[in-house]
Amino acid sequence: MKYQPVIGLEVHVELKTKSKMFCGCSADYFGTEPNTHVCPVCLGLPGALPVPNRQAIDWCRMIGLALNCQLASFSKFDRKNYFYPDLPKGYQISQYDIPFCDKGEIILSSDKKIGITRVHMEEDTAKLMHQLGISNFHFPKETTFPISNKEKYSLIDFNRSGVPLVEIVTEPDFENSQEVVEYLKKLQQIVRYLDVSNADMEKGDMRLEPNISVREISNLKSQISNELPKYKVEVKNINSFRFVEKAINYEIQRQGELLDKGKTPIQETRGYDEVHNRTVSQRTKEEAQDYRYFPEPDIPPIRISESQISNLKSQIPELPTEKKNRFIKDYGLREDQAFQLVETRKIADFFEEAVKIGKKFGIEATAIANIMINKRVDWSRMLPAELVEAIVKSKREDLPAMELENIISEIIKKEGSAVTNYKRGKSGSMEFLVGKVMAQTKGKGNPNQIRQKIIEKLGEKS
Amino acid sequence: MAKFDIRHTAKLANLGLSSEEEEKISRELEEILSYVNKLNEVDPDLIGVEPTSHITGLENVTRPDETSPSLTQTEVLQNSKNTHNGMFKVPAILEDL
Amino acid sequence: MDLIKLTISEAKKGLKKKEFSARELTENYLERIKKLNPQLNAFITVCEKEALESADHADKLILQGETWEAQPLLGIPFSMKDVYSTKNIRTTAGSKILENYLPPYNASVYQKLIDSGAILLGKTNCDAWGHGSSTENSDFGPTKNPWNLDYVPGGSSGGSAAVLAADMTIFEIGEDTGGSIRLPSAFCATVGLKVTYGRVSRYGAISYASSLDSMGPMGKNVSDVAEILSVIAGSDSHDATSSPRPVEDYSSSLNQDIKGLKIGIPSEFFSKGLNSEIKDAINKALQIFKEKGAEIVDISLPHTEDGIATYYLIASSETSSNLARYDGIRFGNDREYFGQEAKKRIMLGTYALSSGYYDQYYLKAQKVRSLIKNDFEKAFNKCEVILAPVSPIPPFKLGEKIADPLQMYLVDVYTVLINLAGIPSLALPCGFSKAGLPIGMQIIGPQFSEKSLLNVGYQYEQATDWQKMKPEL
Repeated sequence: MKYQPVIGLEVHVELKTKSKMFCGCSADYFGTEPNTHVCPVCLGLPGALPVPNRQAIDWCRMIGLALNCQLASFSKFDRKNYFYPDLPKGYQISQYDIPFCDKGEIILSSDKKIGITRVHMEEDTAKLMHQLGISNFHFPKETTFPISNKEKYSLIDFNRSGVPLVEIVTEPDFENSQEVVEYLKKLQQIVRYLDVSNADMEKGDMRLEPNISVREISNLKSQISNELPKYKVEVKNINSFRFVEKAINYEIQRQGELLDKGKTPIQETRGYDEVHNRTVSQRTKEEAQDYRYFPEPDIPPIRISESQISNLKSQIPELPTEKKNRFIKDYGLREDQAFQLVETRKIADFFEEAVKIGKKFGIEATAIANIMINKRVDWSRMLPAELVEAIVKSKREDLPAMELENIISEIIKKEGSAVTNYKRGKSGSMEFLVGKVMAQTKGKGNPNQIRQKIIEKLGEKS
Repeated sequence: MAKFDIRHTAKLANLGLSSEEEEKISRELEEILSYVNKLNEVDPDLIGVEPTSHITGLENVTRPDETSPSLTQTEVLQNSKNTHNGMFKVPAILEDL
Repeated sequence: MDLIKLTISEAKKGLKKKEFSARELTENYLERIKKLNPQLNAFITVCEKEALESADHADKLILQGETWEAQPLLGIPFSMKDVYSTKNIRTTAGSKILENYLPPYNASVYQKLIDSGAILLGKTNCDAWGHGSSTENSDFGPTKNPWNLDYVPGGSSGGSAAVLAADMTIFEIGEDTGGSIRLPSAFCATVGLKVTYGRVSRYGAISYASSLDSMGPMGKNVSDVAEILSVIAGSDSHDATSSPRPVEDYSSSLNQDIKGLKIGIPSEFFSKGLNSEIKDAINKALQIFKEKGAEIVDISLPHTEDGIATYYLIASSETSSNLARYDGIRFGNDREYFGQEAKKRIMLGTYALSSGYYDQYYLKAQKVRSLIKNDFEKAFNKCEVILAPVSPIPPFKLGEKIADPLQMYLVDVYTVLINLAGIPSLALPCGFSKAGLPIGMQIIGPQFSEKSLLNVGYQYEQATDWQKMKPEL
């Protein structure tokens, strides 16, 4: 390989708060009638003012904490000024120089650290819908719709305008698309564990913007080895892990080919065309964007105390990596087993509940893990207790008759006083004997059947 | 002082200015800018001075995550000149990309 | 009885005694507006139908025994600067961009006023977006000064002061970003209060410069202003910058002795550039305060001269962002419709915030703002209130300064500092020039000192007759 890719990533995660970021409109816009979850604030009407949603701010900070970020004790909102029809105020309320969180990391399975530059809070834009056939280019973030005449226009629905968005920005630490995808899966898993976003790609809850450049390997060995390439190409608004992988691979190849020809790729924003699996130039940055950030005068600054930070930390559940490690340690699972069982909180909780119940019946955690992973039983429709019962039942059926006979004989021999007590009419002694047999069979066998067999055996002897 | 770049600024401000307006506004803004440059005289007093972007001293003014009624679709659209199927209609945007 | 000359308390007394109905009162004002507005151009919109409906409703409530304790302004006609959103009543901010805009919601101040029973007569003229000191920048034509139709009424709330001076309303709600309530009050011999930033909600008032905009009452005398403030002040869950401090009863404390009150006189305000007739008028006012036992203290506001530059940088930067929403998509006309002054301020602000210039202009202005704030804090260690002129010059003629924007900006030299510091200031008449044009002064106090300012103003007003003078129309 002649070139080493240098990849960074911006991810927008939509929070699942009840109300929007700066007003009381419902934040649940998916599938709603257009322009029905809209008020003066999120429509940008003259005179309307924003008041921030404290739940969204806390959730943004929790994401930061889960990514091992530092929390800013003093922070603020800023205005990012630019014009676009989906931006009602002509500025987006975002955060500029003091994000709520910065300096975090995610560790990949290879132990490679991906640095998190910052995690900040902002508001979503409205949704644009474009007439089909204007161009071959598919704007993935948006929807297209067919119309019969040739008039070209776009339509705007403000239901999404002002929905809380958390932006997570990484350092340019990725070297290939696989690392990016692994990072994304981890990030998705974390926000779902925190229960702050559905992180549903289909619904646009997570939007991905990789920036890609490549540098020559030969340069790496020379003195300028840590210098980043002088350009980067941003690919905007990708809504699937598969497409982000394809877009990155396409860009690495495209930029490599340009460099082969002695050309330097230009700094620009591109879009991913999923139909043709390629990226398409959207706008070149001949003059850099000038967002004229300044502190949002309508929202007083935001401060957090140490005790509030501790309180937020205490609200963070056990995260996938810690949980996986604990499963390995506490339940003797293999790495791959534990990895699969912590995929979601629901799966992990189900597993632990089943282990707890299984213990009473002498069922090993590994046995439960195997059943769940191999999906021999459709446990997704069961309660943990039902899964355990199914395991117990299947084990009973598995016990060979001869083996059971032997165990019963042995117990009768060993527990002479219980046998005597039973014969004197103490019915509790029979249950004691059944229990002893079950313990020996490690839960296998049907208790009623065992009881019957013991009675039969004792009858033979007397 | 560098000459005021009126075209670039107008583009950032999304204002279409006629050439007369460009000429007039340039002239007036250059006069105003040279007036506001008098603030440079205050520079020695500004060492260690924090900027004031909020005068109230308020902090952490937030709202609970509760919903409140939205406007009706009719109210949302009532001031627009161009709507279609409950949405705002604008000239095709993709062509700019 | 001449119904149009009434103050709020006189009108309430008459309504209580059933000497006249709210409808009669309202009709008298609507007639007066019809008669005078063609000359003065002080109203942009008159809502006759809605006003008469509200008046009939008020009369019904009065008949049913509704009290003024529950609705303190029941049956009282008023008007507002056309920057307050009024549901389904045209709201223009003085700009052709919004010439057909019908807000689907109410500004918090307006909601409070109608909840307290007041009757909106109409929306008054102003410089578009508050950009101006003469109301000549209104896209709906300039308002004339009722004292002399060749002169400007001040701005940007020029229509507000003009309708008060011309008895076309009982009270007004103005808006002051750099002097927009106080300058017109001074130019038209009416009373206007620029409140502490955060004392009155900004929600629904069309923003000029968010960190400076202050809503405030305007009236024919100090006690009316106090009464309106009691209704409109207070925190608002829709405005994150509104203050949670409890609202005081501003009316009941207007008769406090001012013996021993320390009144500060900022030397910088009385140096070069102050018109001698204004200087004399202020000195006479000082004499009255001295007679009442006040003590005069010399103070200094060293950054007075930096006020205008600081103000224009901050206000223009914020307005360039606040006016970005006017794109003609969701409401209003497109950006071509901005007037010259708006375009100029948008350009100045865009430039001051742009990459490479932010530190030199916007950030520096915010730092100077801190110095100005400190100046006032130091001054208020030596005195309780500051007495100052509102404007360095008396009212000027229409067209006289419109060609020289910098000269126009300098009219606000004594008022912008107060907005930068976020403190309150009460403007009230203190004399007339030889040419028969009003002269005003301002009484400035620390944050949330409205109660004391109103008392000091009231004491002065009781000793003078300026508020009783009326223009001949």
